[in-house]
Parts: sequence; C-alpha cells; structure tokens
Amino acid sequence: MKSMKLSVVTAAVAAALSVSAGSALADTFVKIDGSSTVYPITEAVAEEFQKAKKNAVKVTVGISGTGGGFKKFCRGEIDISDASRPILKKEMEDCAKAGIKYIELPVAFDALTVVVNPKNTFLKQVTVAVLKMMWEPSAQGKITRWNQINPAWPDAPLKLFGPGADSGTFDYFTEAVNGKSKASRGDFTASEDDNVLVQGVTRDANALGYFGFAYYDENKDKLKAVPVVNPKGKAVSPSIAAVMAGEYEPLARPIFIYVSAKAMDRPEVKEFVEFYLKHGGKLAKEVKYVPLSDADYKHALDNFKKKKTGTGFGGVAEVGVKVADLLKRDPKE
Amino acid sequence: MLKAPDLQAIRQIIARAKRWDMLFSVLGILSLMVGVLSFCVLFADMAIKGVPRLEWEFFTSFPSRRAANAGILSAWVGTVLVMMVTALAAVPVGIAAGVYLEEYAPKNWVTGLIEINITNLAGVPSIVYGLLALGLFVYQFGLGQSILSAGLTLALLILPVVIVATREAIRAIPQMIREGSYACGATTWQTVRDHILPYSSAGILTGVIIGMARAIGETAPIITIGALTFIAFLPPAPFAGDPPAGMFDWLFAPFTVMPIQMFNWTSRPEAAFTVNAAAAGFVLVFMTLAMNGLAIYLRYRLRKNIKW
Repeated sequence: MKSMKLSVVTAAVAAALSVSAGSALADTFVKIDGSSTVYPITEAVAEEFQKAKKNAVKVTVGISGTGGGFKKFCRGEIDISDASRPILKKEMEDCAKAGIKYIELPVAFDALTVVVNPKNTFLKQVTVAVLKMMWEPSAQGKITRWNQINPAWPDAPLKLFGPGADSGTFDYFTEAVNGKSKASRGDFTASEDDNVLVQGVTRDANALGYFGFAYYDENKDKLKAVPVVNPKGKAVSPSIAAVMAGEYEPLARPIFIYVSAKAMDRPEVKEFVEFYLKHGGKLAKEVKYVPLSDADYKHALDNFKKKKTGTGFGGVAEVGVKVADLLKRDPKE
Repeated sequence: MLKAPDLQAIRQIIARAKRWDMLFSVLGILSLMVGVLSFCVLFADMAIKGVPRLEWEFFTSFPSRRAANAGILSAWVGTVLVMMVTALAAVPVGIAAGVYLEEYAPKNWVTGLIEINITNLAGVPSIVYGLLALGLFVYQFGLGQSILSAGLTLALLILPVVIVATREAIRAIPQMIREGSYACGATTWQTVRDHILPYSSAGILTGVIIGMARAIGETAPIITIGALTFIAFLPPAPFAGDPPAGMFDWLFAPFTVMPIQMFNWTSRPEAAFTVNAAAAGFVLVFMTLAMNGLAIYLRYRLRKNIKW
C-alpha cells in the first residue's frame, strides 16, 4: 500500500516535469562560467539564444569570478570563460599545459564610475592624479580629510568605498589610477557586493566610491557621478555615448569572453558565439553596459571565424588600449 | 532555646529572592525577543517587498535579464530534486548508523571515538563539506557538477543530525520493551524491526525533517561544487527516461537552487531584482516553515499511536 502511494507520487512528479524531458537524449550544452561583471550580458545573450534555437541548445552560466572561471576553463570543464580582465600569465601557462587553446573576444565596455553623495557640491570633476592621491597605498592612514587633497575643500572626513581585492574592477581601477594592479590603500570600506557600496555612498555625505556603470545608472537619483578628466584634459561624465566615443578615459575597460578552440568545433558553441557577437551590442546596452562599435564586433567575429587563438595582451594588464587596435594585434598563446 | 524567628528578616530574604526571579525572567524574555523579533522584522520586510511579486508566472518562469519576467522555476525544481537525493541518501544511512550505535555497538573506546566524531561533524562549517565534496564527488568519483553531487554533499551535511536524532529517539524507548522482546526469544534485528523502529519513528522523522530544513537553505557547499546561476531548462524528469540507464539522467543534470538564485538577484544593480530576491526568499522561508510544520504534525500523529 505504502509503496503504491510512493509510486503514484513519483509518477505525478515525473508527469509534471516530463514536459521538459522531451529531448533529453539529444541534449547539446554550451557551458559558460566566470566573471560576475560579464554575467548580465552573457545571461541576456543566453536567454535570447535559447529562445532563437527553441531550447534545442541548453546554455548554462555560472559566476565563479574571472579567476575561478579561468581555472575551470583551463581544466577543460567549460566551453566559454567570462572575463572582466585579460587572461594572466599564470592562467596562460595552465591552459597551455592542458593543451587548451582559446580565442579572446572583447564583447563590451564597462565604465568604472566614480561617485559621491549628492550633498557633495564641491567636487565638480576629478583628475587621475587626485584619485591617485586618495587611493594610492601611501595614502593609507594619512589622507583622511577632504581638505588634505585640496585646501578649498571642506575639513570633513574622507570616506572611501570600493570593491574588494578579488574583483576585476579593483584590479583595473588600481592599475589605471595607481599604476599597478592591486596596489591600493587598504583602509577603505570594501565589498564584493556593489549594492553595499551604493548604499554606503548614499548614506554618507563625505563618501566617495567607485564601481561599474550599471550600478550608478540604476541609482542615479541617489548618487552623483563625478566627471573624470581624460588624458586630453577634458572632464567627461560617464555615459554610454562618452565611452563609445572613446572619451571616457582611462576608466572605461573592455570585458571579454574566452572561447575554447576545441569547443568551437561543436556547432552549438560556434553558433552561440556568433550570436553573441551579432546581438551582444544591443543586449549589452539593455543591461547598462557599453557596446563596442559595429566595426569592432565585425572584426571580432572575423577573428573568431579565422580561429585566431591566443591573447593580445601577453598576460599583462593594460590600461587605455583601444579595442580596434587590440583586435588587430597578433595574439600570443 | 529557640529564638523567635525574625519575620521581618525572612520577608526581606523572600522579597530579594523574588526580585532576582523577576529579573531573570525579564532577562530571559529579552533574550528570547532578540531572536524572535529580529526574525519577525526580517520576515515582515521580506514579505512586504516580495509577496506582491508572487504570481503564478514567478514559479513557472526561468531566470531572465528582465526582472519582471524572471522566475524561480529552475531554482525550485533544482531544490526539490536535490532535497530528494539528500533524503534518499541521508535517511537510510543515518538511521542505520543510529540504530547500530544504540542497539548493536559494543561499548568500548572505538564506539566512543565514533560518537565523538559524529558530534564533531555536526559542528563542521558547511563550506568544509563543500570542499570535501568538490574533491571527492565532483572530481574523484567523476560525478560532475550535478544534482547527484549536490544531493550527496547535503546528505553528508545532515547525516550527523539524522544520526543524533535517531539515537535520541531510540533512547527514549523504555528498556522493558527490549527486555520483553528478548524474553520472547526475538533476535536483536527482530526487536529493532518490530519495536525499536516503529516506536522511535516520530523522533527520527522530526530529526530528518529538521536536517532537511537546514540543508534546503545551504548555499556555500553548493556554490563550491559548482552550481550554476543561469539555467533556463529543467533536468530530465526523475525515473522517466528509457530504463535502465535513462531513468537516472536527472541525477547528472546541471542545476541551480533557490539560495543561489536569491544571492545572484541581490547583487544585481536593478532594484526590481531585489524584489525578486525577496519573493524567492519568502518562498524559501515558507518551504522551511512548511517542513518544520510537517515535522510537528507527524510527530503528533505518530506519538498518538504509541501505547506503553
């Protein structure tokens, strides 16, 4: 009697779920993992791709972080790695050891946005040099008040908010501002969750912080973005248009996907990446990232079709590199 | 000769003792309220934010970049399937271990060592189980980042809870029941099967469900073994594929679970995703409460049948 009941329940559950089980045997997967910064774009592309393929291809996306993603990628566990920074030397070696070749494809820009509380009326713009005074390692414990940076600014505590040291955003900001990746003062409020940073700056009139553009854009009413003076001497507010025009420098950074050359031989992976590069621009904009130019997407697609394996960076982080130039480089493995 | 008792002094002593009594009960209520109130506030906050989002579509939609279209279908199905594996693995093993330790094991230092270890295991942080499972299940046994790996990981996590609950339940059975059974010539196994297990089932069930309620909210070990975030398809239905091998396809399917879906939504920039997270959190807390409610109900039902 009991076992009958159990089998009835099992059958009911099975029936409820069997809608999806139709093509269980013919399953084709595209496995993606990596950066949480790239995740929203990849998620959007995956969503649209599955719709376009009528769910014949199953796409999975994880968020292990850029480093975690490359680890899995170089073990051959996934087909595509989401990366918010270029592949590093160590990771290149790991991939080479495992015989995994890859194609590096920029898919969008993220604009690191420097924000202050709306009550802060004196900070009209900021130069990289000033940012460096605030964030460099030697500022630790010394630069603690606004008027220490500029005597015209009020005598109020300087409260800093930024992403934690495991974040690709932190890597890029420190490289761009302090000249060395991961070199930063340590006495600031750090969080891997950008929403925590948003709240921190919202609540403190003396705060300054930085994070990805999407988080600023969603909280425009509660935060003020500070225009950053670019190398040409012009103060530019972060916006999709400014980044696309190449004016929001040096805090605009390209983000990437790395596709395994072996996985590329599978038609579903190839199709997915082509779909990504064709529709990624529109979808990136929708999730508040900055698309590359059409020419760059075309160039990337070209590189992909030609199977140009390797990285254009050679394992070193670089600031202010133009995507068009990057795509022209002869990639190294 | 006895001195006349000083009534005044005695009254003072009683009054002082009563004051202490009062003080302690106030302290006790305050300590209780810290937990209860903070839970109530959190739950109310989540309910206010999340409940309006709980439409039918929320349960039948896959995750999406548009917060309004996003749902928890893959998450709740994943959670249910993982819980199924956890229960199937942890319950028989846990109960068998508990019965062995109580009814069979000789009382010597080896048993003592095992007991200490089980108690210790109950206190090991869940991330440690995740790391163990990553090495053992995912890579060593080659089970991959699958429902099976996750279910077994959580089974390990709740095993100590099940064992301890089983032992407590068995210990509550009066010794004379065993003696009566043995006196009639029953073997240990017959005694366990016909007396010990039926009488202790209420307590065991409670322990199992409380263990499951803990497992359902675990995030760290599941993330460690590599659960995914975006997954817009369901695993194959359990036991529905072509037998024999196809029936177990679902065990090896990629999956996500409720806490991970929530975690992802809370870190998104759009405020609408926070609402989704609150709604998912509400569902998850509701699932846990429902399980605990079931435990209380079953305990009540089964206890009614025990007559000794």
